[in-house]
Amino acid sequence: MVNLKEPEILFKAHKITKYFGEFKANDSINISIIKGKIHALLGENGAGKSTLVKIFYGIFKPDSGSIELNNQKINISSPKLARSHGIGMVFQHFSLFPALNIAENILISLDKKISFKQLILDISELSKKWDLSIDPLKKVSELSVGEQQRVEIIRCLMQNPKLLIMDEPTSVLTPQEITSLFKILKKLAKSGCSILYISHKLEEIIELADQVTILKSGKSIATINPKKTTISYLAEKMVGKEIAKLKKISKKPFTKKIALKIINLNKQKENNFGTTLNNINFEVNYGEILGIAGIAGNGQIELMETLSGETKCKYDKEILFNNKPIGFKGVQERRDLGIETIPEERNYHATVPDLKLHENTFLTCYQKYFATKNFFSSLFINPEYSLDESIRIIEDNDVRCPEKNPFASQLSGGNLQKFILGRSLASNPKVAIFAQPTWGVDVGAATLIRQKLINIANDGKAVILISQDLEEIFHLSDKISVINNGYLSDIKSIKDITAIDVGLLMGSNLNSSNENNII
Amino acid sequence: MDALILTIIATSIPLLLAASGELIAEKSGVLNLGVEGMMLSGAVGAFGAVLWLGNPYFGIIAGAISGILMASVFSIFTINFMTNQVATGLGLTIFATGFSGLAGAPLVGKTIPSLPKIEVYLLSDIPLIGNIFFKQDLIAYISILLIILITFFLNSSKPGIVLRAVGDNHNNAHSIGYPVKKIRWLATCFGGMCAGLGGAYIPLLLTPHWSEGMTSGRGWIAIALVVFASWIPWRIIVGAFLFGGITIAQFVGQARGWPIPSQILSMMPYIATIIALTIISGRFSKNKSVVPESLGKPFVDVA
Amino acid sequence: MIVFTPRNKPSKNWIFLAPTLSIILTVILGGFIFAFLGYNPGETLYHIFISPFTRIDRISDVFVKACPLIIIGTGLIFCFKANVWNIGAEGQFIIGALLAGSFGLLFPEMDTKFLLLIMIFIGFLGGALWAFIPAILKTKLNVNEILVSLMLVYIAMLLIDFVVRGPLRDPMSFGFPLTKAYPEGALINKIPIPGIGFLGQLHYGVISVFILVPIAWVIINKTLLGFQIKVLGSAPKATSFAGFKEKRITMIVLLLSGGLAGIAGVIEVSANMGQLQPEISFGYGFTAIIVVFLGRLNPIGIILAGIIIATVKLGADNAQMAIGIPKVVTGLFEGILLFFLLTGETLQKYQIAWKNYRS
Repeated sequence: MVNLKEPEILFKAHKITKYFGEFKANDSINISIIKGKIHALLGENGAGKSTLVKIFYGIFKPDSGSIELNNQKINISSPKLARSHGIGMVFQHFSLFPALNIAENILISLDKKISFKQLILDISELSKKWDLSIDPLKKVSELSVGEQQRVEIIRCLMQNPKLLIMDEPTSVLTPQEITSLFKILKKLAKSGCSILYISHKLEEIIELADQVTILKSGKSIATINPKKTTISYLAEKMVGKEIAKLKKISKKPFTKKIALKIINLNKQKENNFGTTLNNINFEVNYGEILGIAGIAGNGQIELMETLSGETKCKYDKEILFNNKPIGFKGVQERRDLGIETIPEERNYHATVPDLKLHENTFLTCYQKYFATKNFFSSLFINPEYSLDESIRIIEDNDVRCPEKNPFASQLSGGNLQKFILGRSLASNPKVAIFAQPTWGVDVGAATLIRQKLINIANDGKAVILISQDLEEIFHLSDKISVINNGYLSDIKSIKDITAIDVGLLMGSNLNSSNENNII
Repeated sequence: MDALILTIIATSIPLLLAASGELIAEKSGVLNLGVEGMMLSGAVGAFGAVLWLGNPYFGIIAGAISGILMASVFSIFTINFMTNQVATGLGLTIFATGFSGLAGAPLVGKTIPSLPKIEVYLLSDIPLIGNIFFKQDLIAYISILLIILITFFLNSSKPGIVLRAVGDNHNNAHSIGYPVKKIRWLATCFGGMCAGLGGAYIPLLLTPHWSEGMTSGRGWIAIALVVFASWIPWRIIVGAFLFGGITIAQFVGQARGWPIPSQILSMMPYIATIIALTIISGRFSKNKSVVPESLGKPFVDVA
Repeated sequence: MIVFTPRNKPSKNWIFLAPTLSIILTVILGGFIFAFLGYNPGETLYHIFISPFTRIDRISDVFVKACPLIIIGTGLIFCFKANVWNIGAEGQFIIGALLAGSFGLLFPEMDTKFLLLIMIFIGFLGGALWAFIPAILKTKLNVNEILVSLMLVYIAMLLIDFVVRGPLRDPMSFGFPLTKAYPEGALINKIPIPGIGFLGQLHYGVISVFILVPIAWVIINKTLLGFQIKVLGSAPKATSFAGFKEKRITMIVLLLSGGLAGIAGVIEVSANMGQLQPEISFGYGFTAIIVVFLGRLNPIGIILAGIIIATVKLGADNAQMAIGIPKVVTGLFEGILLFFLLTGETLQKYQIAWKNYRS
């Protein structure tokens, strides 16, 4: 369909450029958003999407460039000014305050004076109108991720926005929640509100957007109508030809030999921000990839720490490795047995940013170092011992370093993750457990990492993949399970479960029922 | 009995004031360990002002201003230059101890008139209660009023909610447009003002002469009181009077000739602080939401 | 406006530049404060910074004064590197000296040439014991070590006051709060220099610096414990990922720093006082914190930093005698110096630039 009428431009950004120190995050970006349309901003991690929208919302100040609203040049030097111009924003990781209740959260983002009573009435009215049910007096720390997003959206709608910016809103939602979010967004657009929708998920953009601007390395490289293009074209534009065409390795079938078995694992939460693990049971065979899906904060971290040995089990036989109990064994002992874990947080957990890469290598292999020494020389250490190994890891895994042996803080997210992966796999483990391995990683590195996972499973190793990226889970796993509020669902073969089923398991309330946790 | 209660109240007021100020600073995410130093400068400022100007009421103003000045020093470094709050707070105490000693050197050996008691019309004639509640000095009235105001401010006013939001997650507060640094500046200076007032109370009412380090650890106890109160304002009153009582118990003990060495009795407030911290802290590791989430973390503004 | 951009690699230039600049700025600012308070800044600064170097015996006294600061500071490096805030070294110093001194006084039959070594050992245990209280509370019950270790300073001060005025008071002291003099074997002698005699207060205790500091250097740089401390200090979660025991490291650093403070206390009393008295430390435990920051958490740097701070301490004594400035003025310098040093650390981590936004 061709619009005969000249489209009415609501928002226009002209030659926006932004530096962070020497780094050019946005390079002369132009973008025009039409009134009442959904405009997508597509680009991989680090392409400059978040920086750009933070400029639009007045959080960052551009080094040069101008912004027009309804053909009038405007100055957005603070979020307050942005809101006064009718620009609202829903943040990727939300900008809510867990210690405050919903009404308080909404109150402090309102610029007009309002009584608390009136506020609560307004919130209920809006939540009814847009079908976003919330309880205004509930504390945010008690909300699920989906509910938190509802609060963010209502908070924006309270000020009748002309332009709503949504930064990667679906990354933490279940498929069902995504469907209802899209309904709301379409309804909003119909009512005349423009939406700037940031994403790196291609299917979403094709389904939702009227227009898409593609960013790459801080530059806008094209603005097109997504309905008139294909996923592969968008992918190629976003990440470049070579990566988009990387061939996929197929997964070999797994063995019948159990590597790791978890039996009735229970773990009380340590504080009120944690999750209690309830009666977890699963097993993973050699050569198999077990995918554990679930929204972040449902016990993944606790499960990961119990598997790695960072927190000890209550009973030794809660975890069996090759049929031997290892629940009481510590991190190093498990590592020596051949169980490697790659935690979710790359900085400050898997690596120490202030240490050089060879010292970060030493971090996990000092035991091996001591094994080569007699008592007296083992009084002293020499992290240089790991230098060769760390260089080998860097070379074998295509870790791009700004200098020969940099500090961990000098690597980009993707390269650091490649290093961490390489470090764990260098010891040739029997079981490898990954938590969110491609979270926040650029597409190129993510593709390599996923291939590596398949490779090591094909090598006969047992792999556990904990991820909230459903696409990734379905793409890699042999079997799937869902963790929800500290409970693990039945394990299903990939053939017997659909994304919809998994979404239901992710979103439903499993608090009270653990009868179906039987293997 | 009256007299005893009155002394306990008088001993508690400096702690009460300093702890309320620190509570506000900590609610905004600033851990200022320089309370002892700010109290000392409040004390020396108040003493000097009264000696110079004659009227004890100038002591209140001077004490508050001295506290604010010290808090500003802390703010410049921790908020603007993003220095480590623990070390800077320590530095502030060391700095202010030196500064107050230097500024107070000419004041040693002199005495000042103490702050007059204000009798509330009629109410002060009520037996027992009248003496205790309605025959107090201005600072004592201020301190109780302060707790009431702080409670209202934090729970029911928008600026108070914003302050808590900044202490809960400064990055989010920044991204919805609140000036995190400015808010923390104000909160820290308010803390400094209260600590300065608390310090001023010591020469204005407790001991009418100046000596180096005359706060003798009250600032540190005030910090512990905030923890003891789990960041809830009214509990500071309870804590402050508890510590006031323990401090006075030591004098009572000495006066009545208890068979315990005076030094051991003098240790009581410090030992009590450790015990109180121990009892309270165990609970925090289970219930994290009590402690302001961004407490002690510097806010880095990438503009 | 001023914009800070995080550096992804700490700036090397600032490692030396920061302490040097800090000292210069502190001296300048100090001068202004003196002028503001009505003292002659030139004269005051001369007494504080230059006079300690005008006579050879004064120079040696600088080393003597630096000795406890360096020893305590060496211990504190372990804590601060691990991000454990022991600020109660003053108390640990006192308890170390008190226990060791009590031993020497109560068991005169132990007066052999080994007595001093035994006392140093007891001093280590005493300081460690005092640090054990915050350590056990922190590791078992998550109690803030800052407040506990500080409260214990006041308790230690009262405790030594009690002991010296009570159980251990010398009946022959004419009412002075002093214990008996230490037995011969508990004393640390001055070093005789051939041809000159004694050089100020220079005593054999200074040798301990040259034993303890290298040991600390080796522990920090060449042992697994040192590596663990470094990891714990900059990334606590990585500690458990590596399989290190966070609580054990916390315990060790607190005990080590307490122990070293205790040793410093024993040496200070045995060399300079020869008996216990109510006041044996003059804020060494707190001053050492500044020394550690000035020395950039590096054992070798701490020797230099200790000497600089000791100069100020002695200089302040001289200034008090010469022009009547109270010697608490050292606190003023120490505070300002610490502020600048901490700012230097920020500049090491962040690039600072002036940005002019148009819009």
